[in-house]
Amino acid sequence: MLGALIIVFREVIEAGLVIGIVLAVTRGARGSRAFVFGGVAAGALGAGVVALFADALSQAVAGRGQELFNAGVLAVAVVMLASHNIWMARHGRELASELAAAGRAAVSGDKSFLALALVVALAVLREGSEVALFLYGILASGESAADLLAGGVAGLVLGALVSALTYFGLVTIPARHLFSVTTAMITLLAAGLAAQCAGFLQQAWIVTALSQTVWDTSGVLPDSSLFGRVLHTLIGYVDQPTALQVVVYVATLAGIIIATRLAAPRPRAANVHAAAE
Amino acid sequence: MKSFRILLVAAALAAGAGVAVAADETSLEISIKDHRFTPAELHAAADKPIIIVVKNLDATPEEFESKALKIEKVVAGAAEITVRVRPLKPGRYHFVGEYHEATAKGELVVE
Repeated sequence: MLGALIIVFREVIEAGLVIGIVLAVTRGARGSRAFVFGGVAAGALGAGVVALFADALSQAVAGRGQELFNAGVLAVAVVMLASHNIWMARHGRELASELAAAGRAAVSGDKSFLALALVVALAVLREGSEVALFLYGILASGESAADLLAGGVAGLVLGALVSALTYFGLVTIPARHLFSVTTAMITLLAAGLAAQCAGFLQQAWIVTALSQTVWDTSGVLPDSSLFGRVLHTLIGYVDQPTALQVVVYVATLAGIIIATRLAAPRPRAANVHAAAE
Repeated sequence: MKSFRILLVAAALAAGAGVAVAADETSLEISIKDHRFTPAELHAAADKPIIIVVKNLDATPEEFESKALKIEKVVAGAAEITVRVRPLKPGRYHFVGEYHEATAKGELVVE
C-alpha cells in the first residue's frame, strides 16, 4: 500500500503545486474558482482518455508519440504561463492594488484566467494519465487490489493536501507582495517545464544536439525523492540535466523576464518598485 | 516568449537532422514478465546509438525509467515501446520499472 501511495503521490505533487499556485494567483477574482476547478475536471477527464489509449499513443509517429505528446503539452503550458505573466505585467498592478483596497473587486481578467485554467488542465492531464494507468493496472491485476487502491487514493488525497498547503502558504503573503512572489514562481515554473519539454524532444531523438550531461547531483539530491520532486516543480531542478535543458531553462527564464519588462507600462514602472524583487 | 518561438523553430530544424541518424545503431530487446526484466542485463557497444524494444508481457502497465539514460516512458499492459538511447560512454546504466521498482530492475552494460 505504501508503495502505491508513494508512486501516486510522486506523480501528483507537480499538479498539486500548480493548482495551489494558480488558486493563489487568482484569489479574489470573481468566477476564478470555476475556471480552476473546471481545469482540474477537464484535465482528469483527458487523463482517463490518454490512459485508455496509452498503447496507441506510444505506437504513433514511429514510436515517438508519447514523447511528442508530453513535449507538446509542456510547450503549451509554458506559452500559457509566459503570456499570463506578460498580461499581468501590463494590467496586474492596477488589479493588485484594487484587490488589496476593495478586498474582492470584480476583475476583468477572464482571458488570463482561461490561460491559467488551461495550465491546470494540462498539468492534471499529463500527471493524471500516469496515475490513471497505474491505478488501472492495479484493478486489472486483481491481486491485493483493495490494499493498493487504498494506497493510490491516499496518494491522491496527499496531492490535494499539497495544493491546499501551497495555497494557504501563499495567501499569508501580504497582497502587495503576493503579485511579485507569484510572478517569480510562475516564471521559474515555466522555465522548468520548458526544460522538461526539451528532455522529451531529446528522448525521442527529435533534438540530438547538446545531449551531454552537465552535472550529476543524483547522489546528493535525487529528483525522484520527495524534496527533489518539489524542487523539480518549483524551480525545475533536475539531478542530471542535459546541456540543452540548461540552455532552454536559461533562455525561457530570460525570455519571460525581458518580455514582462517590455510589457510593463513605463510611467508606472518608474514609481512602483521592480517586479523582480 | 519570443525566445521560445525561436527555440521551437530550432527544434523543428533539428527534427530534420534527427531523422538522418538511423544507420549503425545497436538494436536490443527486453521483456517484462511478472514485473521482472528478461534479460536483466543488456549489452551494447560504446559510442553507437542504441534502440531498445521493451515488450511488456504482463497485463499491467509499467513505466520504463532510467535517470542515467534519461528515459521516462510508459508501456501499457501486453504492449511494447521503442526506447531510443544516444551514443554512450562505457559504463553500467541502471534502469527500473517505476511501478514495480522492488522487482523490475536492470542494467545496460556499455563496453
